[in-house]
Amino acid sequence: MHALPRTQHLQVVTPAQTDAPLIVFDQVALDFGAVRVINRLSFSMRRGEFVCVIGPSGCGKTTLLRLLTGLVKPSAGEVRRHGAPITGPARDVAIVFQDYAKALLPWRSVAGNVSLALEAAHVAKSERADRIRHLLAKVGLAQHADKYPGQLSGGMQQRLQIARCLAQEPALLLMDEPFGALDAMTRQTLQDEMLQLVQESGTTVLFITHDLEEAIYLGDTVLALRAAPGEGSSLAQTFEVTLPRPRDQLSTREEPEFLRLRRAAFDHVKDTH
Amino acid sequence: MRALLDRLGWRGWVLPVTLLALAEAAMRINPVESDALARPTDVLNAMAQAIANGSVLSLSAQTLAAALAGLALGGGLGLAAGIWFGLSRAAADAASLSIELLRPVPSVALIPLSMLVFGFGFRMEIAVIAFTCFWPMLLLSQAAVRNVEPRLLEVARVLGFAWWERVLKLVLPAALPRIFVAFRLCVGIALVVAVTTEIAANPQGLGYALMNAQQSLRPDLMFAMLLWIGLLGWGLGAGLLWLQRTWFRHSLAQQP
Repeated sequence: MHALPRTQHLQVVTPAQTDAPLIVFDQVALDFGAVRVINRLSFSMRRGEFVCVIGPSGCGKTTLLRLLTGLVKPSAGEVRRHGAPITGPARDVAIVFQDYAKALLPWRSVAGNVSLALEAAHVAKSERADRIRHLLAKVGLAQHADKYPGQLSGGMQQRLQIARCLAQEPALLLMDEPFGALDAMTRQTLQDEMLQLVQESGTTVLFITHDLEEAIYLGDTVLALRAAPGEGSSLAQTFEVTLPRPRDQLSTREEPEFLRLRRAAFDHVKDTH
Repeated sequence: MRALLDRLGWRGWVLPVTLLALAEAAMRINPVESDALARPTDVLNAMAQAIANGSVLSLSAQTLAAALAGLALGGGLGLAAGIWFGLSRAAADAASLSIELLRPVPSVALIPLSMLVFGFGFRMEIAVIAFTCFWPMLLLSQAAVRNVEPRLLEVARVLGFAWWERVLKLVLPAALPRIFVAFRLCVGIALVVAVTTEIAANPQGLGYALMNAQQSLRPDLMFAMLLWIGLLGWGLGAGLLWLQRTWFRHSLAQQP
């Protein structure tokens, strides 16, 4: 269905055995000039795992994502995917940015914006229209295919960006505070829709947020990073979330386990700020 | 009726129409024989005659042909260089001193040189216009390319586009609205320089006709030419503005 990648910087990876971790951070450090932003960061992600990252601003959350796209290289240590170091952008790694208005192409229609990802994957022109219609239906934008991003609400623009990322059929979906700029109701709706979409497709997700409850509600694992790690590790604490799925905005948030994790996360933040 | 008047912006017309009416009245009450002034009605008359006998049209064609050819040459080269310098900071740095030295040369100062090389005619006029249009097009398109939203470039890189695909699919379309604004500016400049060159040296087009009318003591025709040049510039500008609003409605809505 897809043409083979022609450009050299795209990684071609053969699927490894399924029980091996998809992503491994191995003692990763990153310097911005003389400042060490990330230090001795080690964690791994299973296939299909939903990992949320919280932490104060300046702790390198967004940089984590850039390391996974290969646009930024670690100063020390290694980021591995399927056991091989990440060297550059891969077609099946997608990013949803927080500033959807800047990440969309204002001169292209809704359908045209989704098409961009298909063009990058060299999907034949005859096939694109069908795929676009399908993807837009998935995110509830089927009625708006001919509109332009500037004519959509914030929530709809973010849905469009998610549709464009899904067009990449990502094995790994990176989300950088994707719902931070949306109102509370829209955010909850999008959280649930996104959870359903990634669970259907078995996508592995790294989700950055500064909203502790959002992290617990969405994640299987919540990683708390610290700013200015000094000699220590950037990873301050790991919370395992065992709440059952599918999750529900009301009942999940009322479960004792949710409340316990919420308390633990807030205590952690209070201690480290 | 009121709505129609509002749409035409009637308030803007009150002052010029009143002044013209006063001038007409004053010159009728107190007739003056002047080589520098003409009654508004005489000016309109001269213009109607010039349009009727086709002279103003062929003169306009000469001026516009030179302006557009110069714009295509200078603007085209400026655009190509601007895109190049916008994409490559090394190229921009290498060229910046030369640009700063050459750019301030006033375009009219090139008329003697251009005349020496090309003689009278289209070619010398086109050369002067091209030189003038080159610089603003270069600098503005360079800025347009450089100011493309970095987030879009990141999106393109994450999607795995090759560099030339990034330029074709992201950078150029994103810079296009601002490049069009630069083009609109250059059309105005090209027209001004064309008329200037014709007044100063080149015996053709509207500028020369203007000079000719003045020297043959026809202030009515001179004012008619002046009015026509003004209308031409205004019409071109309004047309391009309309195109800009139609073509770049969606892009410019998000980047004011």
